[in-house]
Amino acid sequence: MVNPEIYEANRETAWCPGCGDIPLRQCLAEALAEMDLKPSQVTMFTGIGQAAKMPHYIKVNGFNGLHGRALPPAIGMRIANPEMKVIVESGEGDTYGEGGNHILHNIRRNPDIAHFVHDNQIYGLTKGQASPTTGEEMTTSTQPNGITARPFNPIKFAVAMGATFVARSFVGKKEHLKAMMKAAIKHKGYALIDILQPCVSFNKVNTYQWYMKRVYELGDDYDPTDYDTAIKKADEWGDNIPIGIIYKAEGVPIFRDKHPQIGDRALVKEKKEPTEFQALIDEMK
Amino acid sequence: MDFNLVIAGEAGQGLNTLNFVLSKILFKSGFHVYSTKDYESRVRGGHNFMKIRFGDTKITAPKDEQDILLALNKAAVEIHQDFVKEDGIMIYNGESYEGELREENQDKEIFSLEAALIADDIGNGRVANTVFVGVLLKLLGLDLKVAEEVLGEYFRRAEDIKGMNIDALRKGYEKAEVAKRRFEMPEVTPRDNQILINGNQAIGMGAAVAGVQFYSAYPMTPATGVMNYLAKRQNDLGIVVEQAEDEIAAIMMALGGSYSGIRSMTGSSGGGFSLMVEALGFAGIAEIPLTIVNVQRPGPATGLPTRTEQADLLFAINASQGDFPLMVIGVKDAEDAFYQTYRAVNLAEKYQMPVIILSDQFLADTEINLEAFELDTLQRYNGFISDEQAEGISDYKRYEFTEDGISPLAYPGQMTESVVLIDSDEHDEHGHIIEDAETRVAMVDKRHDKIEKLILEDLEEPEYIGPEETDYLLIGWGSTYGPLQEARELLEEDGYNVGLLTFSDVWPLPIEELEDRIDNTVSIMVENNATAQFSRLISSETGIMVNHEIVKYDGRPYTAEEIYDAIKEEVID
Ligand SMILES: Cc1ncc(C[n+]2csc(CCOP(=O)(O)OP(=O)(O)O)c2C)c(N)n1
Ligand code: SF4
Ligand SMILES: [Mg+2]
Repeated sequence: MVNPEIYEANRETAWCPGCGDIPLRQCLAEALAEMDLKPSQVTMFTGIGQAAKMPHYIKVNGFNGLHGRALPPAIGMRIANPEMKVIVESGEGDTYGEGGNHILHNIRRNPDIAHFVHDNQIYGLTKGQASPTTGEEMTTSTQPNGITARPFNPIKFAVAMGATFVARSFVGKKEHLKAMMKAAIKHKGYALIDILQPCVSFNKVNTYQWYMKRVYELGDDYDPTDYDTAIKKADEWGDNIPIGIIYKAEGVPIFRDKHPQIGDRALVKEKKEPTEFQALIDEMK
Repeated sequence: MDFNLVIAGEAGQGLNTLNFVLSKILFKSGFHVYSTKDYESRVRGGHNFMKIRFGDTKITAPKDEQDILLALNKAAVEIHQDFVKEDGIMIYNGESYEGELREENQDKEIFSLEAALIADDIGNGRVANTVFVGVLLKLLGLDLKVAEEVLGEYFRRAEDIKGMNIDALRKGYEKAEVAKRRFEMPEVTPRDNQILINGNQAIGMGAAVAGVQFYSAYPMTPATGVMNYLAKRQNDLGIVVEQAEDEIAAIMMALGGSYSGIRSMTGSSGGGFSLMVEALGFAGIAEIPLTIVNVQRPGPATGLPTRTEQADLLFAINASQGDFPLMVIGVKDAEDAFYQTYRAVNLAEKYQMPVIILSDQFLADTEINLEAFELDTLQRYNGFISDEQAEGISDYKRYEFTEDGISPLAYPGQMTESVVLIDSDEHDEHGHIIEDAETRVAMVDKRHDKIEKLILEDLEEPEYIGPEETDYLLIGWGSTYGPLQEARELLEEDGYNVGLLTFSDVWPLPIEELEDRIDNTVSIMVENNATAQFSRLISSETGIMVNHEIVKYDGRPYTAEEIYDAIKEEVID
């Protein structure tokens, strides 16, 4: 195991004191260290939001791109480089709202990516508007009459779409979160963790205490490989919130398998000269 | 000396194959070939046509007047009969033409042939179009040798189909014996080292030769041809073409590839390019190399999906919020499209910024013969630091301040002791978010310095054709190049002193050649859009007001005669 300090997860942040993103970052640094990864072996793609600032607050390769667009560039990297550990990290607004189309299609692609969604059930950075997972009863500055749409259930969505690894965790359960992160990074294929992450400034409903009272860890008797069980489990929310691996499918082809022409090659290591392409010209003769 | 042939019918009648086979036969025989497509946004029915212009000298533009009309249905005769020359001929697909030719066309020969019957006799209804190939070759006085080779190659995978096509070809040749009209072809001999290629293929080929390893895009006419070209060859080339879920994903995937160290590119037409706009500015601020091709079609919104226009110019130059370095190249013909795409990919990496290639449907679908591209004249510009350099770095700064604004470029994983951080927020040298005024100004200036360098080292002045002293100066950009060349020649034949200045690099705008040539002449801007956008760009950048603007925005390309007539009417008379 490498020393977690090489990740510099103690950097100063612009997050509010008490924000759930802070312990999340600590868990991530420890998970990476326990997996014996060096900062240069990991790349993190994020969108825009509080969660999406993560690459600035931890030392790994970072791509802090556009709101909602964290997943597509990670696909570009998956083509370039089969060895890099690729993590996508963003808020639930970024991921399920602005970037909804991308998560939908990347579940279909099943790229080898670990996707950590900081789900604080609110738009943090823009100061407290409803996100796709905000509870219906909440009122906000832009939704004074309450939320106009039912909450999105990311777990059910991902299970139903056949995502090959679907988990939920909570920043208040650090060991659990770390274990989930490691399992997701190890998973060959697309791994989603919806991470309950209290926003202490703007979400006065879903607080640490609120989650603490409700979350429970799935036991050994839970079989995440059974689709029917998982889809039922995915509906559980409210008084009891399951955390753990909700669904998992092994052996599903990953995105790169669908591009046999590149096999295991690291395209990033290949640089061809123009004269190597004469055949393209000859075929037009 | 040149001849014009139109093949017309409805979608689904096999016009594309017919056009391909005929162009290839003429090309292989040694003719210069120029073929254009005019098609509707539908898969069956409607009215489509293809024009093949061919001859013994280089051809740069389409022509309206036709020597031969091959009409695959009745509508084709109705629509095109006026354009057939007095001494031309119409070949009609049917027992006899049931319609009435218009008064003025009564004397034009119409030769009817029920190719379907012949095809059925041979045993495959689908060889009917090949019967017409035989008919045409007879009328043109060409022998069947080259045609048999071309068909043999085209149907090489199915021996029986190949045989039936060759039968059909010979039957057509025999049947045409009774047609009256014969054409005298100039002597041509097949030339080595020529290729037959359209604009989209040239862009795809330019990208591949430039070492593009990843092309992500979402289908949109008329840009899909670039994607098709690369996808068809991805297995041989060992590269990846990925169909993204939308154009935002397409450009972001390409940016991810580029950040990861592989040459990446995306492309679309105006609608898809519109969706890419936020990411375009992101490439600018994050300093990620990216080549984007916009194969224009008439807009706005869905516009005319299968037609042509040059109306995305000012939008492309101004796309995305904020100030950032950007280069826009309007490609002029298939040859230019190849070399410019190659250049764009290299410049994008050299300056770590987005480069947009503006093509259009006219150029995309126009197939021409060219001298084979010379690959050994091309230099690859490697923008990344070497692996040896990378090893020594312990504190990599993606946005390090340098003399020319270009920071050393490394990809994630290249350095064992350092990481690569890029950011769409304003950032410091390491790529970390900043808010302070000083760093902000320094970073905007740094990015701007790259453009200054590009202007000095890499910007290309427009091409000038014509005499040193002119009475008239034609100005254009991009794909009007070919028709403008022929129009200039037509005017010259009338005794006028005419020059032609055509731009490929349009942003940043090269101004030296223009400023040198604009005085003491009558300047005429010719553009394929409604508001003379390039004219507006020139006046806003230089204060120069051209004397006349000729525009066309009906979704069709210019012919040389159209430009010539417009100049005669609007300028000279
Ligand atoms: C295209 C675009 N639209 C809107 C915004 C403004 N914006 C930034 S972050 C954000 C929402 C963030 O919510 P979430 O993704 O849940 O992240 P959090 O801040 O809660 O961690 C919005 C609307 C933006 N940056 N870009
Ligand atoms: S606003 Fe909420 S999510 Fe953002 S830093 Fe503060 S507590 Fe965290
Ligand atoms: Mg949020």
